Amino acid sequence: MLRLERVSAGYGRVTILHNISIEVNQGEVVTIVGANGAGKTTTLRTIAGLVRPTEGSITFDGKDIGRLPAHEVVDLGITLIPEGRQLFPHMTVRENLLMGAYTPRARGEVDQTLDFAFSLFPRVKEKLDQHAGSLSGGEQQMVAIARGLMAKPKLLLFDEPSLGLAPIIVKQVFETIDKIVATGVTVLIVEQNVFHTLSIADRGYVLENGEITMTDTGAALLKNDHVRRAYLGI
Amino acid sequence: MTVFWQLVLNGLMLGGLFAIISVGLTLIFGIIRLVNFAHGELLMVGMYATFLLTTQLGVHPYALAPPVVLLLFVVGVLIQRFILQPLLEARDHHVQIFATVGLSTALINLALLLFGADIHSTPAYGARTSLTLGPFRILTGHVVMFVAGILVVAGLHVFLQRTYLGRAIRATAQHRHAAQLMGIDINRIYIITFGIGAACVGLAATLVAPMYPVSPTVGTYFVLTAFVVVVLGGMGSLHGAFIGALIIGLVDSLSGYYIAPDLKEVVIFAIFILILLVRPTGLFGLGRGSE
Repeated sequence: MLRLERVSAGYGRVTILHNISIEVNQGEVVTIVGANGAGKTTTLRTIAGLVRPTEGSITFDGKDIGRLPAHEVVDLGITLIPEGRQLFPHMTVRENLLMGAYTPRARGEVDQTLDFAFSLFPRVKEKLDQHAGSLSGGEQQMVAIARGLMAKPKLLLFDEPSLGLAPIIVKQVFETIDKIVATGVTVLIVEQNVFHTLSIADRGYVLENGEITMTDTGAALLKNDHVRRAYLGI
Repeated sequence: MTVFWQLVLNGLMLGGLFAIISVGLTLIFGIIRLVNFAHGELLMVGMYATFLLTTQLGVHPYALAPPVVLLLFVVGVLIQRFILQPLLEARDHHVQIFATVGLSTALINLALLLFGADIHSTPAYGARTSLTLGPFRILTGHVVMFVAGILVVAGLHVFLQRTYLGRAIRATAQHRHAAQLMGIDINRIYIITFGIGAACVGLAATLVAPMYPVSPTVGTYFVLTAFVVVVLGGMGSLHGAFIGALIIGLVDSLSGYYIAPDLKEVVIFAIFILILLVRPTGLFGLGRGSE
């Protein structure tokens, strides 16, 4: 479904990603784990079209998307739920959700998608008329995920969905991701919360200093000595 | 007392005009984060267009609103697309601001070349006729400006709140990266926003033309005042611009009578400096986006 082949990317003259290759198949949950600054966020931003790859190719459903601007990538069915939520703070929750369905493909089915989002997040429905900026961190993360679903994505990219949230909320976020996966959406997730992520992932990649150093099934990586020492502190 | 209320009435009417000019300026600032120093020269372009079309075709200046608004929209779109957008990649965003200063100088000199430094008066077609309202007298053209000011601000408000495009414009202002992730083409949003800002000035131009003569530097007076309005109202705030415009209209009218006509700009800019000292965010300053 998604294939990155020997992709290099960065900001200005600084190269962050060196020749990384990643593959995500239809229906899978794939994770990229790694330390702060390893290039996880850059990887997702490159896929989403916010960062241009300097080398290599990115294909989605067989189509080359490496040179597409971000708004066209969204229309193909790839949605990034960014680190730090990035809601529109002075817009209501309802308006934030409507912006999620901005693409022509999603706009026609707003009502059905809203119902689906409310079934996952009943709390969001109660907050519809509040400004997004006035919500708690956990509520904002729920809105951010719901807003991402409004685009009717085929592939959802999660960037650090648990960052800055209380442990009980983190648990809820991962349960929600499980439910989203159950509806047939393919998921690529980047997390520092390595244990939770590897537990729900079919496969994982380990990213270190902008290079993929290891790849295996989620379960195998959880048992791997290097991963356990470096990321799980065991 | 009648004089006072007459001056208040005049001030509010003038405020309607400042409102139309200022909403364009505040929209461009609030969405594109760009101070458009060529705003006055866009007004000048609109006024020359109105002057030429009225004198050549013998059409009422108000009837020229649709073509002049459209003309200025297109001019605004072209400026954003071909002058400002290429500069977005520049390392320093101030380059864009200097580009609008350069554009302003270029347009003034182009007008000097084409029309000379003399002032030209557009036929008024009754816009300078006064209406009597009890003890008060009021120019028809001023009433039109006031009503148009209210309609433009209300119309833009509804557009920004209720339509997909309007919401996309607000979303871009609040978080441009997140807006891209929603599938919004932000360069297109900037182009449309600059076009709308310029179109507002186009409307203002057709309303001002029958009231004031046009010259290459006519824009400076109106837009310097509009900058004060925008700062007073809070940069980027539509209703702030409207309230600010009414206040500055009142100040203009009252200080012109009670202090001295020559000193009213001194009063206006004294207010400008005071706001910057006391409340730099203005009356209704928008909280910044979370970027």
